[in-house]
Amino acid sequence: MDFGFSEDQELLRDSARKFLDAECPTTFVRKMMEDDSAHATELWKKAAELGWMGILIPEENGGIGGSFLDLVVVMEEMGRSLMPGPFLATVLLGSAAVLAGGSDEQKDAILPKVAAGEWVMTLAQAEKSGRYDAGGIGMPATARGGDFVLSGEKLFVPDAHVADQMVVAARTGSPGAPEDGITLFLVDAKSPGVEITQLKTVDMTRRQCHVAFQDVALAGSQVIGEVGQGWPILKRVLNQATAGLCTEMVGTGQQALDMAVEYAKERVQFGKPIGSFQAVKHKCVDMMVQVENARSLTYYAAWTVDENVDEASQAVPMAKAYCSDMCKTVTSEAIQVHGGIGFTWEHDMHLFYRRGLASEAAFGSAPTHREVVAQTLDL
Amino acid sequence: MDFDYSPQEEMFRQELRSWLEANPADNYDADTFEIIDQEDRFQIKFDWQKKLHGAGWVGIHWPQEYGGRGATIMEQTIYQQEMARARAPGLANPLGISLVGPTLMHWGTEEQKERFVPKILSADELWCQGYSEPGSGSDLASLQTRAVDDGDDFVVNGQKVWTSFAHKADYCILVARTDPDAPKHKGLSYLLVDMHAPGVTVRPLVQISGDAEFNEVFFEDVRVPKAHLVGERNNGWQVAITTLMFERANFGMVYNLEPMLDKLKACVKDLEVNGQPAADDPEVRQQLAAFHVETQALKFNGYRQLTQQLRGNPPGPEGSISKLAGSELYIRMAHFAMELLGPYSQCALGETQGIDNGFWARRALGSRLYTIAGGTSEIMRNIVGERVLRLPKG
Repeated sequence: MDFGFSEDQELLRDSARKFLDAECPTTFVRKMMEDDSAHATELWKKAAELGWMGILIPEENGGIGGSFLDLVVVMEEMGRSLMPGPFLATVLLGSAAVLAGGSDEQKDAILPKVAAGEWVMTLAQAEKSGRYDAGGIGMPATARGGDFVLSGEKLFVPDAHVADQMVVAARTGSPGAPEDGITLFLVDAKSPGVEITQLKTVDMTRRQCHVAFQDVALAGSQVIGEVGQGWPILKRVLNQATAGLCTEMVGTGQQALDMAVEYAKERVQFGKPIGSFQAVKHKCVDMMVQVENARSLTYYAAWTVDENVDEASQAVPMAKAYCSDMCKTVTSEAIQVHGGIGFTWEHDMHLFYRRGLASEAAFGSAPTHREVVAQTLDL
Repeated sequence: MDFDYSPQEEMFRQELRSWLEANPADNYDADTFEIIDQEDRFQIKFDWQKKLHGAGWVGIHWPQEYGGRGATIMEQTIYQQEMARARAPGLANPLGISLVGPTLMHWGTEEQKERFVPKILSADELWCQGYSEPGSGSDLASLQTRAVDDGDDFVVNGQKVWTSFAHKADYCILVARTDPDAPKHKGLSYLLVDMHAPGVTVRPLVQISGDAEFNEVFFEDVRVPKAHLVGERNNGWQVAITTLMFERANFGMVYNLEPMLDKLKACVKDLEVNGQPAADDPEVRQQLAAFHVETQALKFNGYRQLTQQLRGNPPGPEGSISKLAGSELYIRMAHFAMELLGPYSQCALGETQGIDNGFWARRALGSRLYTIAGGTSEIMRNIVGERVLRLPKG
């Protein structure tokens, strides 16, 4: 029994924290919010030099062949720093799908470029329904001989505007069960017929897009895995990405809590630091309880993903259900502890709250995941 | 990370599990235990402790020299898991085992250890805890019970309250004031008081559940030999805090939460909401999933805490929240059951129209215990806020 990170992983955490403290202070995050793309190529290059994009990629594909738990440690720090840009989209969605289901040729062509920081990737899954389950995938890819033609729209596609390649989930067969007949395609973002429009969303550190596909011609060689067999690959990718996102949320929640506690120690009203008043003190403790619960659920979920065990199908939804509530509540309560200054644009706390809101929405919000948990409870 | 148990740990689990299967508690039915008469409950727990003790299964975390097994942290964890799995009853001397023994091992003299410790595990002497007073609850250090030096003895006068199991106890760990002129934390002493001594009067208090397991205890010129002072005179606060730490660490709410959730799930199977099976109702499903998630979170917090212990590290923040979060979750679960049962939730013990013989009503009433006993939730939040988050004192 050992429910903690290794010494090497703790060292990795320290170095990630130092790097992000230096390279990604909130002044930088704000600059990226005003940027056209929120993608900082300098930061991206430096992170690639540290090997972060290649943590999950095997050495033979140019990565460092680390474990998911190594990645989790780094992502928690990214969440703490609100690191802007397409890291999650690239590492845990686009390239993760290739890693999980791609052919050797696809892996050889793509993964080294991702590991080197040359390519940005993403995954186009959600549509107008806003669902992240198999039933939410309706966009057709029509077979023409061995090739396909893609037509339709995808929504909330993270960082598509800066992506070189995207993995697109489409329907190639009329479904019996919603999980049947889904195919994953590797699509060059510059393909004729692909039109990408940034959405205006609440978290400006990480952009999302509307992507229209108009008669986009795809070769059979662009299929990831087998035709009609995309869902099991996608499911695994989503589990992993959701666990990764939860880790970020733990980092974001912890940082908001730390800032609130620091402020409560310094801010004096009625002649005393406000943290000495039980109304504030107890609120901070309740925030801490939520962060710690979220942390435990998330680390466990990460372990099930890392080990690729069946429990992941319950552990990941448990973590996402709880983290969604936690991150939104804790960042919002941290604003409350700050009072008026917390409600200003100038103060950083709203950046954390915005990230919390965006993370809650990604991959299904809390009620969706609680229903998945309920299905595992033998009710 | 690694969630496996070692072969030795699995052997320990198997040994205990086999023993529990072969030696169930006498006259005991886990399903009805909570709603039987409290005297019968006591007898079952008493007999069970005797039976366990005969096989060396009481106080396994105690050192071997004191009759324990010197069990490892993992073995203690497995012990709790297996007791929960077997739905075994509690013991008759929980305060002795969890609080008094460990406190005496830490602070007691050799004579005190020899005299008192062995009879704790065997249930030959049962213990209660004389802390709270009518005027001193959360502000424990303000307590007024006096112990006055008189030759070889202290003479104790005062009143204690909320004293669980005092009506069954042979001895009491009593915190009393020995120096009324010193600051409130500096003038206290920790005494071992014979509950059968002249001048001790125990009056049971009926709790909101209808049980009368806690009491008020009056001390009138009770003579306590000086040999029964634990730690130094006027240093009783340190000893008392040691006991409180054992008490809070021992709350182990997780082992109550999982069976509670199982009962709730079973109850949902038989009920309807708005004419539909409750198990199909989206709100019910959301709520049960949320309870499951929180219960698991507390369990995993426990694993993280355990890992820190096994690695020899000081406990992290995860260790501070089990009682606070667990006790509040427990009440929310009980309240949700009441909501689900509709009008039947009101049916009390023995009401034949009821569908659970009053179990949930009793649970709802009884669940409030855990947010009060051993430090209220408000006190726990102060402690966590000040010791873990380092927020300033009020």
